[in-house]
Amino acid sequence: MRRNRITTAIAVSAVAALSLAACGGNNDNSSGNSGGGASTAKAEFNAAVGKVYNPSDKKGGTLRMAITEDWDSTDPGDTYYGLSWNFVRNYARSLVVFKSGPGAEGTKVVPDLAETLGVPSDNAKTWTYKLRKGIKYEDGTPVTSKDVKYAVARSLDKATLPNGPTYFNDFLLDVPKGYSVYKDKSLSGVAKAIETPDDQTIVFHLNKPFAGFDYFAQLPATAPVPQAKDTGSKYREHPLSTGPYKFDSYTIGKQLTLGRNTNYDPATDPDSGRKALPDKITVQYNVNGSDIDNRLQAGDLDIDIAGTGVQPETQAKILANPQLKAHADSAAAARLWFTVLNSDVKPLDNIHCRKAVLYAADHEGYQRAYGGSVGGDIATNLMPPLVAGAQKFDDYGFETAKTGDLDKAKSELQQCGMPNGFSTNISYRADRSKEKATAESLQQSLKRVGINLTTKPYPTGDYTKLYAGKPDFAKANNLGLIVYGWGADWPDGFGFLSQIVDSRTIRATGGNTNLGIKIPAVDQMIDQALQTTDQAAREKIWVDIDKKVMSEAAVLPGIWAKGLLYRPDTLTNVFVNDGFNMYDYTAVGVQK
Amino acid sequence: MFAYLVRRVIGAVVLLFIVTAVVFSIFFLVPRIGGASADDLASRYVGKSAGAEQIHEVAVKLGFTDPIYVQYGRFVKGLFVGQDYNYGPATEKCPAPCFGYSFVTQQPVWPDLVDRIPVTLSLALGAAVIWLVAGVGTGVISALKRGSVVDRSFMSVALAGVSLPIFFTGLLSLSIFSYKLGWTAQGGTNPMDASNPLEWAYDLILPWTTLAFLYAAAYARLTRAGMLETMNEDYVRTARAKGLPERNVVVQHGLRSALTPILTIFGLDLGLLLGGAILTETTFSLPGIGQYAVISLRANDLPKVLGVTLVAAFFIVMANLVVDLLYAVVDPRVRIQ
Repeated sequence: MRRNRITTAIAVSAVAALSLAACGGNNDNSSGNSGGGASTAKAEFNAAVGKVYNPSDKKGGTLRMAITEDWDSTDPGDTYYGLSWNFVRNYARSLVVFKSGPGAEGTKVVPDLAETLGVPSDNAKTWTYKLRKGIKYEDGTPVTSKDVKYAVARSLDKATLPNGPTYFNDFLLDVPKGYSVYKDKSLSGVAKAIETPDDQTIVFHLNKPFAGFDYFAQLPATAPVPQAKDTGSKYREHPLSTGPYKFDSYTIGKQLTLGRNTNYDPATDPDSGRKALPDKITVQYNVNGSDIDNRLQAGDLDIDIAGTGVQPETQAKILANPQLKAHADSAAAARLWFTVLNSDVKPLDNIHCRKAVLYAADHEGYQRAYGGSVGGDIATNLMPPLVAGAQKFDDYGFETAKTGDLDKAKSELQQCGMPNGFSTNISYRADRSKEKATAESLQQSLKRVGINLTTKPYPTGDYTKLYAGKPDFAKANNLGLIVYGWGADWPDGFGFLSQIVDSRTIRATGGNTNLGIKIPAVDQMIDQALQTTDQAAREKIWVDIDKKVMSEAAVLPGIWAKGLLYRPDTLTNVFVNDGFNMYDYTAVGVQK
Repeated sequence: MFAYLVRRVIGAVVLLFIVTAVVFSIFFLVPRIGGASADDLASRYVGKSAGAEQIHEVAVKLGFTDPIYVQYGRFVKGLFVGQDYNYGPATEKCPAPCFGYSFVTQQPVWPDLVDRIPVTLSLALGAAVIWLVAGVGTGVISALKRGSVVDRSFMSVALAGVSLPIFFTGLLSLSIFSYKLGWTAQGGTNPMDASNPLEWAYDLILPWTTLAFLYAAAYARLTRAGMLETMNEDYVRTARAKGLPERNVVVQHGLRSALTPILTIFGLDLGLLLGGAILTETTFSLPGIGQYAVISLRANDLPKVLGVTLVAAFFIVMANLVVDLLYAVVDPRVRIQ
């Protein structure tokens, strides 16, 4: 018996020793296997935030990327992932595009296929773009405005291409229901919506004014597709490239390889900032997340293309190790983690009861639920700071009373007739441990003033479709507080706020991303913002909307999200692009 | 014997159909119990901001608005006759056996399965050989040297092997042997991309040994227990008394009798593994059936789930059939029956 115990102890110690050896930090942070020379830049934390780290113009090498799952589609007309909108610029040129530049430069839209940004007329209901001359597909055929028209028209068919955004479906003039270019080969159904008077000109007609149309024009759906070469849901296998790279090989779910597109002429692309440094780009799909992080640290992988940050256990390791931390960047996102106060559920129909929640909540606790300051900054209003025109304001004193202001909370409770508090339910997405932690933190902090919360987890997949996002269900199940999060489709007021505060987007059938904010004045201000072509004036209206929603205490903002990205020494010319909140995939290069 | 075989094969086919019917029911009937409609199901396969109309169009396209038995009939028909698929500008023919098209990627499922099965086969069969040899071998040695230091240390290592989860040993091995030392292939390397058998083996050596470590442990303990029992039998003493070499005694008389339970377990283990070594493939990012199962379940992608389930069920049924037939070879008493 004794011998058995000793040998067991030896075996277990051996394993433990091995684990410590593997987990011990890299004492050598220059990449081994890729054989590159030491980088000339000095690695430090956040070196690629707001500025270019290790700037370079040297071409060559293979950029190796990987992701734990897959994204919706490589078809520019059928994709909604931020990482895809970032990456697609390598093989698809849209009318206009987010500039490849560090920090706030990346939030600016600049001309790509078009010579200039859109020209509005008819009170921003008509938008005209003129295409540059000399732009070709990878097979040498020239791009015409008809191809852009076709690309937008095909993206309207959500039965064949279900994944992309629906902005064109919602705003283009007189598009028939269930429109499909595959049933309407002459494109007569979109004749009123999109005109192409000549091969270089394209005109969009909208059903209502929309001053921010350039944000629609930057959508990958405006990347041209020749009708004769369109293969519908199979087009993703090899979209015809107009960008600096083209598809060399693609096995869906396994690996994508891009090689240089010899028919791409940089002279036709003076504004975008694309650098096209690597000779090849490879993306590996369905790779284990911890494995990705290990490979990044070992220099065997260049970028985790998901761009949302390292795994939680790696995050802890990186922050504790100065060598590793010097290779990390904390990228701010145009994303807010928040909790909606559902005015359908009593007593939250009374503004004072809602304000009580805002005052009693522990904001540091909310932040801790997301990993502390590395998870994000305490949000005092809705719009994240990097949204164009956003203004930070703190009407409830979240920053001065970080753990809550119980006196004010109790006074609000008096005013709403619930001096001893009240009970309600708080819902969250079951498989999101951070949302669970948020619900529990709020449970504890609100209890201090007598507001008793019962936590109600629901499956993520159906959260907005069947549960929290279905008004009848939420009301019947007393979901007074609904934990959620929202990332902007693009960093401007419309891109961030429209889908979460406009009450007219709320459908009784569910599937809502507006989980209960119904303020008529806000709806009116949104309509006004849509028509205001002057950018500064428009941005002010979105700030006013933010202020109004906060003054109605309709939402408890939690944190403005950040992701911790890892930057291996193999990367050159790397920076966080604030338009996409991750490394810019069209500017980055590799050491050879 | 032939009649027995035919009965087993028919039984297997019926079982496979039942499996598909069960998967279909779970996929469609369970959400219905929760009050979900065809459109609610379809809303999983559309983009973030799709409107009710668009969701309904997708529901129609994916066939959710048809009654379940019609959808099931379509699936079965596809298996035997093939299906037509409208991909937009035209329709393509998906030849039999057609497992349908993925709800998420709109790609046919059968070619994916065909592509991934060799990876899982390579992983499972290679590891099986290693764990059988290592497991049975160490079990025999342990049994023969019962109570010695060799026995104790083998059994302790076996204990570690059985207790440590594969995602721990796998990630640890990758970290040490692939990235720190550079001795073995990286995670995500597809062994079927190898240009020669040596490279194929190199790509798989780490997953093989990690997976085998897990199973060898159980087999070592099982073999040891079985051997200890048989080596004490009278007929073994008789064999020794007859003057047979020790090796013959151990292998032909001791081990052979101890093999029957090992064979049973092996059949079950191998069958399950061939259906997808989910944890190993996920840890090493191997593009096999197991990884496909994870992808399909995560995305609620019914055609892929059906494909994977059928493949897994097929292998399990086949493995059990082979094991039953092997009994007759290993144990003469079964033959007489």
